[in-house]
Amino acid sequence: MKYLGITLAKPKIGVFGFTGCEGCQLQIANNEENLKDLFGLIEVVNFREISSEKRGDYEIAFIEGSITTEKEAKNLKNIREQAGILVAIGACACLGGVNNMKSRFPLQDVVKEVYGAHSIDTGPVRKVREIVSVDVELPGCPISKPEFEWLVRHLVLGIEPQFPKYPVCVECKQRLNSCVFDMGMICLGPVTRAGCDAVCPRNRLGCWGCRGSSEEANFESLMEILREKGFSEEHIAERIQFFNAFSGN
Amino acid sequence: MDIPVNIKIDHLARVEGHGNIKIRIENGKLAECAWEVVETPRFFEVMLKGLSIEMTPLLTARICGICSISHALASARAIERALKIEIPKPAQKARLLAKHAETLQSHALHLFFLVAPDFLNTDSVIPIMETHPQVAETTIRIKGFANRASDLFAGRTTHPIVIKVGGLTQIPRKRQLRELVKDLDATIPYLQKAIDFFKPFKMPDFARETEFVSLKGVDKYPFIGGDLVSSDGVCKKEDDYRAMTNEYIVDFSTSKFSSLSRESFAVGALARFNNNYDLLHPMAKEVAENLNLKPGIHNPFLCNHAQLVECMHVIYEFREIIAELIDSDTSECASSYNVKKCEGVGVVEAPRGILYHYYRIDEAGKIEKADCVIPTGQNHANIHYDLHALVEELIEQNKDEKEITRLAQMLVRAYDPCISCSVH
Ligand code: SF4
Ligand code: SF4
Ligand code: SF4
Repeated sequence: MKYLGITLAKPKIGVFGFTGCEGCQLQIANNEENLKDLFGLIEVVNFREISSEKRGDYEIAFIEGSITTEKEAKNLKNIREQAGILVAIGACACLGGVNNMKSRFPLQDVVKEVYGAHSIDTGPVRKVREIVSVDVELPGCPISKPEFEWLVRHLVLGIEPQFPKYPVCVECKQRLNSCVFDMGMICLGPVTRAGCDAVCPRNRLGCWGCRGSSEEANFESLMEILREKGFSEEHIAERIQFFNAFSGN
Repeated sequence: MDIPVNIKIDHLARVEGHGNIKIRIENGKLAECAWEVVETPRFFEVMLKGLSIEMTPLLTARICGICSISHALASARAIERALKIEIPKPAQKARLLAKHAETLQSHALHLFFLVAPDFLNTDSVIPIMETHPQVAETTIRIKGFANRASDLFAGRTTHPIVIKVGGLTQIPRKRQLRELVKDLDATIPYLQKAIDFFKPFKMPDFARETEFVSLKGVDKYPFIGGDLVSSDGVCKKEDDYRAMTNEYIVDFSTSKFSSLSRESFAVGALARFNNNYDLLHPMAKEVAENLNLKPGIHNPFLCNHAQLVECMHVIYEFREIIAELIDSDTSECASSYNVKKCEGVGVVEAPRGILYHYYRIDEAGKIEKADCVIPTGQNHANIHYDLHALVEELIEQNKDEKEITRLAQMLVRAYDPCISCSVH
C-alpha cells in the first residue's frame, strides 16, 4: 500500500472470538461494500469465522467476547504474547457486556438452571483487560462498521486513534433528532460515549449505554432528571446495568 | 484402506462459533466419529430472570449476531401471546420485512463467504473478491440490499433497535419505502447471477433419510408463528413446542441435542422447503426447477440450494408487502398493554430453522422463567449422525484422509451451524 508516496507494510491481523455472540466479527464481515479496500490494507492471517487460514504470525489481534473460562484466559494470554497490538472489540470484550447479567446469581445456580446436574466449564465474566494488557478498546454492542474501518486505517498508518470524549447527545442533536426523553423514555445518551451516530435514539429507543461512559459524565444530574420524570430506581438500574458500562472500573 | 486415519479438526473454520470434528478409522472401519460442540455458554435463560419484558427482546437479540432479528421477534411474540397483545397490521408487515432482510443477509453470507470458498479451493472469500470481480459485485449488491433493508426495518442488521413488545418503535416513511423498492428491483438480477454462479458447483452425492421439522404454512410460506409440523407426520400447536424438541444432554457437547420420531431431526431451509414447497413464490419455484430441486430431499448438502430458492422467495414477497405498506396507513406501529402473571410461546423460522422462545412472566411484568430452543441446537444430533453415515460411505468408496476431511467439513458447513447461538 502507498500512502503519501510512502510504501507501508500490510500488517497481518487475526480476529478471535471468545464468549459472545460473534456479532462484532459479523460487523467486520458484513461491511461488504468496503471489504475489498479494507482487506487491501491488511493481511488477514487468522479469522476463523470467515477463513480456514490459521496462521500464528499476526501482528494485530482483535479480540471479541468476554472471558469466562480458564481455557479462554490461557488462549488470550498466548495471543497477547504474539500480537504487537491487541484491540478489544465490542461491549463483551471491553465491559463484560450483557454476559455480566449472569453475575447476579451464584455460579452453581447458573449452571443448574440450564444444565441440571451436568457439569460445565464456566467461571466469572471478565473483561479482556482483566487478563492481559489492551492497547485499544473499540466500544459498542455491536461495534460500528465505519468506526472499525476508521480504527484499522489509524493502526495501519500508526496514528493513535482518538475516540470521541463527548456524549451521544451531541451526535443526536447534530442529527436534529427529536429527543426521546420528550416521548417518555429513559435515555442514557447524556452519559454515554458518542461514536455510534446516536443510532438508538434515531430509531426511537433511548440509549442504554453500550459504548460505555463518556468523559466527565454527570450521573448525578441525569439521575435527578430521571427521578423527576418519575422513572423508578429499578427501571433506571436495569438500563444502567445492562452492558455493565457504568460500574466504574 | 487399512492405514489408520485420525482426523481431528479443532474449531472448524467458516462456521459461526466453536465446534470440533473427530473421526477415527481403524482396520478400515469407523472406530469413532463425533461432532463436538465446545462453545462456552453464556446462560441467557439465567440472565433473563427478573428482567422486565420491555428489555427482553433487546437482550435475547444478543443470543446471536447473525439471527438477532429472529430472536427479537420470537421474544416479542412470546410476550405478546402471553399477554394477548394484538399488534397493528402494518407493524406485522414491517416485522416480516425485517425478517426477510435477515434471511437474505444470512443466506448470502453463508453461500458466498462460507460455502463458495470450498468450491473455488480458497481459504476464504477474500481472494475471490480479487479473482472474481463479478462475484464480488453480486455479493455486494445482495448483501448490501439486505443491510439497507435491515437498517430501515430493524434499525440495523445486527441487534435490531425498533422491535419492541407490542409492535415497532417506528415504520419507515413512504419516501424511504419507495426508494427501497428501486433498490430491490436493481438487486433481483443479481440474485439470478448468484444462482448461475452456484448452479455448476456439484453438490456431493449423499443422502440419509431424515425427519424434517418446520412451521406449517397455511396460505403463505411460513416465517412467523403457526403450527409445527414434521415430515414424519407429527403436528403440534405452537404452545406445545416441547413435544417437538425433546432436548437432552450429551457429554461431548455444551449444546443440548434434540430428537422426535427418530434419533435426530433437521431444521432449516431444507426442512422448510420440504415441508412447505407448495407455498413458495412462483419465481422461487422456478429457481427450484432450474436447480432440479423437488421436495422430499434427504441430501443435507442441498440445503445450500434450498437457501438460494428461499432468497428468491423472500425478495419477491418483500416486494409485494412493501407495496401494501406504501398503499396503507402506517401511522399505527405499536399497541399498548398491561402486564399480568402469564406465560407464552413465540415461534419463528430463523434463517437456520425453527426457533422457540418461552417465558413465564410475573405480575410485575418480569421474566420468571425462560426457555429458548435454538435451530442449530436441534440440528446438532442430525449433523452428528449424518457425519457417521457420510464417513462410512466414504470408507466404502476407498476415499483418502484428505477427501474425508474435506467432505466432513463441507457437510457441517451445509447446515450453516450457528454454534454460539445454540449454546447461548
Ligand atoms: S459486544 Fe454485543 S455484538 Fe459484540 S459479541 Fe458481545 S453481544 Fe455480540
Ligand atoms: S434522545 Fe437521548 S441522546 Fe438524544 S438528545 Fe435526547 S437524551 Fe440525548
Ligand atoms: S445509542 Fe447508546 S445504546 Fe445505542 S448504539 Fe449508541 S451508545 Fe449504544
